[in-house]
Amino acid sequence: MDLDLTEDQETIRAVFAAFFDGETGPARAREAEPTGFDAAAWERLLETGAPGMGVPEADGGGGASLADLAVVAIEAGAQIAPLPLVDHGVAARLLSGLPNRNGSEPTVDEGILAGSTIVGLAIRPALNGSARTVPSGAVAHRVVALDGDRLVIDGPLAEVPGAGAGHLANHGCLPLAHRDLSDATVLATGPEAVAAHARAVDEWRTLTAATLVGMAREALVLGVEYVQEREQFGRPVGSFQAVQHLLADLPGLIDGAHLLASKAAWAGDRATDGTTGVLDVDANDVTNFSALAAMALIAAGEAATLATDRSLHVHGGYGFSEEYDIQLYYRRARALTYLLDDPARECRRLAGMILEPAC
Amino acid sequence: MDFSLGDRAEAFRNEVRTFLGGHLTADVVERMHATGTFNDKDFNAGLAEAGLLAGAVPGYGDRDPIELYVLFNELEKAGAPYDGLAVTMLVAGVIHAVGTDFHRAEVLERLLTGRYNCCLGYSEPDHGSDLAGIATRAVRDGDEWVIDGQKMWTTMAHEADWVILLTRTNPDVPKHKGLTMFLVPMDHPGIEVRPVPTMATERTNATFYDGVRVGDRWRLGEVDGGWSVMGVALAFERGVMGGTNPAVPLLRHVRQWAAEAMSPDGGRMLDDPLLRERLARTAMANQVSQLLTLRAAWIAATGGLPGLEGSMAKLYATERYQQAVGWFQQMAAAEGLLSFGVDGSAAGGWIDYDGRHSPVTTIYGGTTEINRNNVAERHLGLPRSR
Ligand SMILES: Cc1cc2nc3c(=O)[nH]c(=O)nc-3n(C[C@H](O)[C@H](O)[C@H](O)COP(=O)(O)OP(=O)(O)OC[C@H]3O[C@@H](n4cnc5c(N)ncnc54)[C@H](O)[C@@H]3O)c2cc1C
Repeated sequence: MDLDLTEDQETIRAVFAAFFDGETGPARAREAEPTGFDAAAWERLLETGAPGMGVPEADGGGGASLADLAVVAIEAGAQIAPLPLVDHGVAARLLSGLPNRNGSEPTVDEGILAGSTIVGLAIRPALNGSARTVPSGAVAHRVVALDGDRLVIDGPLAEVPGAGAGHLANHGCLPLAHRDLSDATVLATGPEAVAAHARAVDEWRTLTAATLVGMAREALVLGVEYVQEREQFGRPVGSFQAVQHLLADLPGLIDGAHLLASKAAWAGDRATDGTTGVLDVDANDVTNFSALAAMALIAAGEAATLATDRSLHVHGGYGFSEEYDIQLYYRRARALTYLLDDPARECRRLAGMILEPAC
Repeated sequence: MDFSLGDRAEAFRNEVRTFLGGHLTADVVERMHATGTFNDKDFNAGLAEAGLLAGAVPGYGDRDPIELYVLFNELEKAGAPYDGLAVTMLVAGVIHAVGTDFHRAEVLERLLTGRYNCCLGYSEPDHGSDLAGIATRAVRDGDEWVIDGQKMWTTMAHEADWVILLTRTNPDVPKHKGLTMFLVPMDHPGIEVRPVPTMATERTNATFYDGVRVGDRWRLGEVDGGWSVMGVALAFERGVMGGTNPAVPLLRHVRQWAAEAMSPDGGRMLDDPLLRERLARTAMANQVSQLLTLRAAWIAATGGLPGLEGSMAKLYATERYQQAVGWFQQMAAAEGLLSFGVDGSAAGGWIDYDGRHSPVTTIYGGTTEINRNNVAERHLGLPRSR
């Protein structure tokens, strides 16, 4: 048992907290709307090695664990960084995990490791050769998708859709686009392909949960700061108990989601090392990666939607105005929570893992 | 981070599970609900004999707070009678922290046998959340103190050998500064215990103190230093000693029921998509509650004081428990209303039980509002609202 970050992770956390604070943040996120991509910040991020950081060293990457990536994702979320870091990181790991296909193009190439070639991941299965609302689809040169039982990769595109008409205007100003897979290259087929995609989507759940935790944490900070400054009836609105109690539920909710996302990442790393974990909800013993990844996204989605909702509410009318930052967090929290699926359906999918299957 | 318990705590957990497998019989569970006394001296003594109890005293012996958490978490998840034990061990921890050699020899040693119990005499009829306002008086008379007053909600007093009693010794100073704590033997003349039945299966008591004379050696902590003793006791209570995983047995009972019960729409209840969603949400919330509790234990294990983290765990766990109880009670409909031992009751009556029990969990041990005040003021740094 050890609930502290390792020394290395403390360093990673500090470095990336400083990076996202300096190079991204609400003002930059605002400028990056509506596409949701800050090309200049991405250029700077390449210098840190972050894009290839999660790829094993044997494949030329940084060898970082899922737990390390979660630490980075939280800090990116706190600054609502308009960067496809989670999608690219997960897709690159997926590619490097595939068996080398003799003669065909290398699965992870230099461009992907460096981040000059951006890869996205279609988290939902493709339909009739088309991947819909792909999270980084508007900025990715290539997208990995599961089409039936075939794992495919499209591109590389010379020009990404974001530069043209492909971007889908959306609630969270995320770089969403549909991608046509008709010319895509097949990477793997059959159960192996399906399993590789499922594992990648579990990693995406885990890191997206971490991103949402960062957003929720910062949204709470914005709310607390505002209610201390704003005065009505001759005193700070933060001195009213009704306002305090809206905010006081949030730290436990956010910290709980943080712990769960960290536990999911830990379980994911153990699964990579061959430990399957247990799944016994009768005794509340859960160390299985897929179950924890599902739980983490559900919990973080709840924490982030509630934290942004309450924080916006205690801003009064200003919270609704374009000018204040809380609305940026509010919209992105919902977008990331609902992008994969209705959380209720995610719960039912989780139920399929922890209960007997439905008849 | 490493979320595995570690070899030591895991071995300890297995010992506790083995013990529960042998000692937590249907009789023990039935007796606790029939009598309303969530305390079983034979069961406790069994724990002591198995060498598991010394680990239950916060700060005492060679077990760390992770193992303390493990013990109470296993007892809670299994639905064992542990309320009385948690209070007794809490008092043992307070004695260990601030007591005298006399208290250790006379009380602590006995508590570790499992055959003796303590109860908490803080709340009064007119003072609950505002504990520092209590009115029970203790007046010095030579080497003795004379105690007069009334306590309310003195749970387990009818079984207890000692009560830790918060009294007012100086009415002329600000309210927090005139309090003194005593450890009073329950067999002293002048103490009366009257039962207070509740809407659930558990009972509690009102206790009356009429000219009770105790020697000064029964004082716990400094004269007028009672509030700091309270601080030690509350820090233990709002942490790792059970109370933050009540929805684990709930989930188990509902899951088992739903696998058998038929839905009015046809098919099994377990195939109902809404029930499946809610069972999964409950499983998720149970993990979060466990992690928040473990964090409190981890902070204690690494030398910190997890008061606020304990408040967060209690807030989250109890609100989620009540929400889940509401869902399952509604979905079990008429059968969910039926009590223990009744023909046709859903989950053998557990849904009725949880429906009755759950309201108290956001009241006792510090209400939800008091915990929110703590988090708002001491964690978020917002101005005092009172
Ligand atoms: C079954 C049971 C067992 C118990 N066991 C014990 C025991 O063993 N020993 C013991 O000493 N006590 C025990 N208690 C007492 C328990 O700790 C108190 O009930 C609790 O602290 C609340 O006090 P109260 O009941 O006087 O409610 P009150 O303090 O009167 O509160 C009434 C309502 O007002 C709210 N409120 C009060 N102050 C504030 C504020 N500042 N801001 C916002 N809202 C506020 C409360 O949250 C609550 O909702 C037990 C209680 C029960 C029901």
